Amino acid sequence: MNVKPWDNKDLLAGLLMIGVGAVAFYMALDYPFGSALRMGPGYFPRVLAGILIAFGIYVGLRGLRVQEKVEGIWGWKALALITTAFFVYGWLMDRIGMIPSLVVLFFVSALAGHEFRLKEVIILTVVMTAFAWAVFIWGLGMPYRLFWWN
Amino acid sequence: MEIFNNLIFGFSVALSLQNLIYCFIGVFVGTAIGVLPGVGPLVTIAMLLPITFNLPPIPALIMLAGIYYGSQYGGSTTSILMNLPGETASVVTCIDGYQMARQGRAGPALAICAIASFIAGCVGTLLIAMFGPPIAEMALKFGAPEYFSLMLMALIAAACLSSGDMVKALAMVVFGLLLGIIGTDVNSGMARFSFGIPELTDGMGFTVVAVGLFAISEIVKNLETKEMGEVFTSKIKNIMPTWADLKASFWPVVRGTGVGAFFGTLPGTGPSIASFSSYMVEKKSAKDPSRFGKGAIEGVAGPEAANNAAAQTAFIPTLTLGIPGSGTMALMLGALTIQGIAPGPQVMTAKPDLFWGLIASMWIGNLLLVILNLPLVGMWVQLLKVPYRWLFPSIIMFCAVGNYSVNNSAMDLYLVGIMGILGYVLVKLECPPAPLILGFVLGPLMEENLRRALLISRGDPTVFFTRPISLGFMIAAVFILVIMILPAIRKKKEQAYEGGGG
Repeated sequence: MNVKPWDNKDLLAGLLMIGVGAVAFYMALDYPFGSALRMGPGYFPRVLAGILIAFGIYVGLRGLRVQEKVEGIWGWKALALITTAFFVYGWLMDRIGMIPSLVVLFFVSALAGHEFRLKEVIILTVVMTAFAWAVFIWGLGMPYRLFWWN
Repeated sequence: MEIFNNLIFGFSVALSLQNLIYCFIGVFVGTAIGVLPGVGPLVTIAMLLPITFNLPPIPALIMLAGIYYGSQYGGSTTSILMNLPGETASVVTCIDGYQMARQGRAGPALAICAIASFIAGCVGTLLIAMFGPPIAEMALKFGAPEYFSLMLMALIAAACLSSGDMVKALAMVVFGLLLGIIGTDVNSGMARFSFGIPELTDGMGFTVVAVGLFAISEIVKNLETKEMGEVFTSKIKNIMPTWADLKASFWPVVRGTGVGAFFGTLPGTGPSIASFSSYMVEKKSAKDPSRFGKGAIEGVAGPEAANNAAAQTAFIPTLTLGIPGSGTMALMLGALTIQGIAPGPQVMTAKPDLFWGLIASMWIGNLLLVILNLPLVGMWVQLLKVPYRWLFPSIIMFCAVGNYSVNNSAMDLYLVGIMGILGYVLVKLECPPAPLILGFVLGPLMEENLRRALLISRGDPTVFFTRPISLGFMIAAVFILVIMILPAIRKKKEQAYEGGGG
C-alpha cells in the first residue's frame, strides 16, 4: 500500500527536520566555529544542526519504508484564521487601541469554528472584552489605550 | 527536625493573606479551566503564564502551581463526566470513571478522585520537603561537566520515556535546543539566528513558544472534528461514596501514591505513565480483574492518586536541580527564569521563602481543591456545558493579550503565530512538542556548561567520563538509550501506554 509523498507522515517529518537543520547549519556558518577548547558561537549550533539533519534522514527513510499516512484531516482553514487573529491583534494593538483590536480578534478567530452564529459572537465579544479589560487594565494595571482617540 | 522548622517557615510564608489569595485564585482558575473540555493543563498554564509575570515571584509561583494541580484535577472531572481526557494522564481515569458515571455513580467517582488526590498530594508535598534539601545540597557540588551530563541524561530520558516515537522525540529535543540558541551569545556578544529582527536578539520569549506550540496546535486540532459526547450532569445526586467504596479504595490509593511518587521524579514519565502503571498494578492485584473497564472504583482511585503524587514529586528535580522532567515543569521553570530567579540548587538557600513557601502552598492548595471540589461539583459540571465555539476564541484572547503584555511588543504576537503553525504541523506529523520545550528551556544552560566544562579540561572531551558523577549520568543516559532500542522493552512501553488508552 503506497501513500502519496505529501501524505506520508514520517517522510514529511524527516524533510521538515532536514530543512530546519540545513537552514540552521547554513546560518551558523557565519558564526566562528572555534575549537573544542574555546568554543565559538558557531560550535554548538552547527553540531546540533548536524544531529537534526541526521535524525531527519533516518525518519524520512523510515517513512519511505513504513508508508504511514498523516492521521485525520489538515485543519488549514482554522490554523490560518487563528494565526491571523494573532497577527492582526498584534498589528492593530499599536494602532487602534485594545478594544477595537479585541473585536477584530474575536470575529476572526470565531470564523475558525464549525458554525458562526453572529448573535453569539457579538455577545461573546462584549463579555470577554469587558473581562479582558477587568483582568489586564483594571486588575494588572496595563497601560494600554482603549481606543485610538485615547 | 529541620524539616519541620522548614515547613513551619514555609507555612508562615504561604499563609500570608496575599499568598493565600493567589493560591486560591490559582486553584480556582486552574480547576475551572481544567474542567473545560478540550483544555488541558499545558494549555491552561501556557495561557495564564504571562499574567503571572506582573506579580512578584512568590505569589506568581504559588499561583502557577495552583493552576497546575487545579487543572490536573479539573481534567479528571471532565474525564469522568464526558469520557474526554484533557491530557494523557487522565486517559486512565476515563476508563472506569466514565463507566461509573454511566451507572449513575458519578458522584462517588468524583469524591474518590478528590480524596485520592488529596492524600497523594499530602504525601507528595512531604516527599519534596524531605528529599529536596539533600538533593540540592548534593547538586551544589556539581561542576560544569556534571551539569552537562545531567542535562543530557534528563533530555534523553525525557525523550525516550515519553509516549510516542522515540527518534522523533529526540529530534524534537535537538530542535528545541536550536530554538533556544536564538538570541545574543553570552560569550561573544554575537546575535545568532536572529533573522535580522531586533526583538530576536533577546531570544525568543518563553511564553511565545509555549502558547504557539501548545495552545494554538491544541485548538486547531480540536477544531478538526465536530463537537463531542454526552455529559452526565443530571445524574449527580449523591456525592458521598459509601463505606464499601472507601474501603475498596484504600490500598489502591496507597499503591498509587507510591507508584506516582516514583515516576514523578523521573524525567519524561510524570503523571501520564504513573497513572497507567497504577492502573496496571490495580488490575493485576485485583481479585476479579474483569470488573476493570466496567466501573471499578479501584481503577479511579489508584490512577488518580498516582497522577497527583507524580504531579507533586515532579517538582523535586525542577526545584532542586533546575532540570524539568516534563512540558509542564518546563513551563514552571520558565516562569522562574522570567521572574529573574536562576533555577538550580541554589534556589533553596538563596530564596528559602520561595522554596518553602511554594511547598507549603502546595499542601494548602490540595486542601483547597478538596474544599472547592466536593461541595461545588455541581458548579463545575455546569461549565462542561459551555460549547467549544465560545471557549476557543476566549482562549485565543487570553493568549494574545497575555503575550502582548509581557513585552508590549507586536513582534511577540507575530512570533506566536509562526510558532503556532510550526506546533500544528509538528503535532500532525506526530512529533511531540513537549521534548521541544524541554530542549528550548535547557538549551542555553547546556551550551554554557559544555563550554565551561571543556574550558576547564583544556578541550579534552573525556572530562565527561573521568569525573565519577558525570560518568554515572553518562552511563545512565546510554543505558536508557540502549534499553529503549531493544525491541522487547520498546514493545512493553507501547503496551503500557496503549493498555490504558484502550
